[in-house]
Amino acid sequence: MNFSSEAANASKVLDPTDLDLELVRSDFPILQQKVNDHPLVYLDNGASSQKPRNVIQAISDYYSNDHSNIHRGVHTLSQRATHQYESAREKIASLINARSTNEIIFVRGTTEGINLVASSYGARNIGAGDEILVTEMEHHSNIVPWQILCEKTGAVLKVVPINEKGELILESFNALLNERTRFVAVTHVSNALGTINPVQELTAMAHEVGAIVLVDGAQSTPHMDVNMQDLDCDFFVFSGHKLYGPTGIGVLYGRESLLDAMPPWQGGGDMIKKVRFGGSEYNDLPYKFEAGTPNIAGVIGLGAAVEYLTNLGIQKIQNHEEKLLEYVTEKTMERPEIRIIGSASDKSAILSFTLNDIHPHDVGTILDHEGIAVRAGHHCAMPVMEHFGVPATVRASFAVYNTFSEVDILFGAIDKVKDLFG
Amino acid sequence: MTNLRDLYQEVIMDHNRNPRNMGVLDHASHTGEGFNPLCGDQIDLYLYVNDDSVIEKICFEGKGCAISTASASIMTEVLAGRTVGEAKEYFQVFCESVTGQHKDGNQTLDLGKLEVLSGVKAFPARVKCATLAWHTLLASLDGSDSPIKTE
Repeated sequence: MNFSSEAANASKVLDPTDLDLELVRSDFPILQQKVNDHPLVYLDNGASSQKPRNVIQAISDYYSNDHSNIHRGVHTLSQRATHQYESAREKIASLINARSTNEIIFVRGTTEGINLVASSYGARNIGAGDEILVTEMEHHSNIVPWQILCEKTGAVLKVVPINEKGELILESFNALLNERTRFVAVTHVSNALGTINPVQELTAMAHEVGAIVLVDGAQSTPHMDVNMQDLDCDFFVFSGHKLYGPTGIGVLYGRESLLDAMPPWQGGGDMIKKVRFGGSEYNDLPYKFEAGTPNIAGVIGLGAAVEYLTNLGIQKIQNHEEKLLEYVTEKTMERPEIRIIGSASDKSAILSFTLNDIHPHDVGTILDHEGIAVRAGHHCAMPVMEHFGVPATVRASFAVYNTFSEVDILFGAIDKVKDLFG
Repeated sequence: MTNLRDLYQEVIMDHNRNPRNMGVLDHASHTGEGFNPLCGDQIDLYLYVNDDSVIEKICFEGKGCAISTASASIMTEVLAGRTVGEAKEYFQVFCESVTGQHKDGNQTLDLGKLEVLSGVKAFPARVKCATLAWHTLLASLDGSDSPIKTE
């Protein structure tokens, strides 16, 4: 299939399963600007995606009309704020098909969610000699909390290797699982490679040896259908700001029976039923894990983002991004000077690459000069960089509002980098 | 809009392609290790300072972008044969130059070859690339054992 930008524009009219990209782009105020005299081409969605107008509006409306503290006021504003906060929880439970809103805990982001599980679940259930399994492609946030837990408890961290395409080696995963494996922490989609892991299969394998499974959904939730009943994982974590929502808000999903048995993580207001100096009684789920006044505006903004995503249709978004990836990959093949880092057969719309021996930072600066925002660095996945023997890569990561002509602009700019560096 | 050629001047591209004084010094009197955790850039710096406080030899090894490689290379060229005191003055003047705090006619030292890197001041995200070698130098002269990090 050949996707030129003209073909994409034409099919927009003809194909009802396609998104109306022009309309989508007009929903994002930030995209309507020039950067360094060029129209902004935003390809750093893996780091953080931009916000549609309804999210910005929801936060503004909340602060303009409804702001108050939640769960503790009899007055009207507090009731409005509480209602909006809890409605967002319902939208999120529905998005990921959780059984109950008790399973949806609001946290600062993916990192905090993983730390919560490592601290609370880990401290009670993982001990000396137990094994925790992670993969070589994890983000630092799904490595370091487990290293800290291992240091505290004497547990042992085991690492499942990846192959030259950046795919998880399933045989190694299977071989590393044993009766000492208490916990498996694995990413759904690699932020540095784009690899989509077969987490449903991995979870089933891990459950066979009695291990508990946490899936890092930071890079999957914005781009594909994630269904807790299908995946059957025990914990699932994602961030709001990669999902077209605000920063500083994220979600920890946990199986209710596990969350129920876990000790609180942080103590404070809202997470208790009774406080006495003789001993306090903790609140029910999900409030047990939400100590202190939460990020109310963030939760409401995230609720609006979920609404936006659902209204567009996650399947349409996925179809569009798959076509973008196909087009990008095709373009890359025409340029032998580009080395793709991560060519998994099941892959999300992320192009991680190096260009000859030009340092990714130099590439990033020159692309920025053309109005193109990409990430240049190790993407908080230093073990992945080490595996491929590169200090860093350039990463173009795509979202619903990216177009085929933006891909053309990217490759035009890459050619300019080559020219400048001779 | 600033011109990319202000940053990637021909001299910089040349030093990036063919870095001067690259290698390890076996009998170094001072060594330093610099690291930029943001991009993974890394430099090992070796100096031989004689009894008169003159930097007799200076060389480096490492991996980095064009700016950090050229900056390290030019630094070694400028500092070879200079005293430790002069090197520290250059550090000051250079850092002021790449952060845009440098004022003409105000300096005690002429930037000379280092002038080519002053274009960095229009690219704030790249200042750390240009100064990595210099911070590593200062730490090695001050006898600091811990690696220098830009973050």
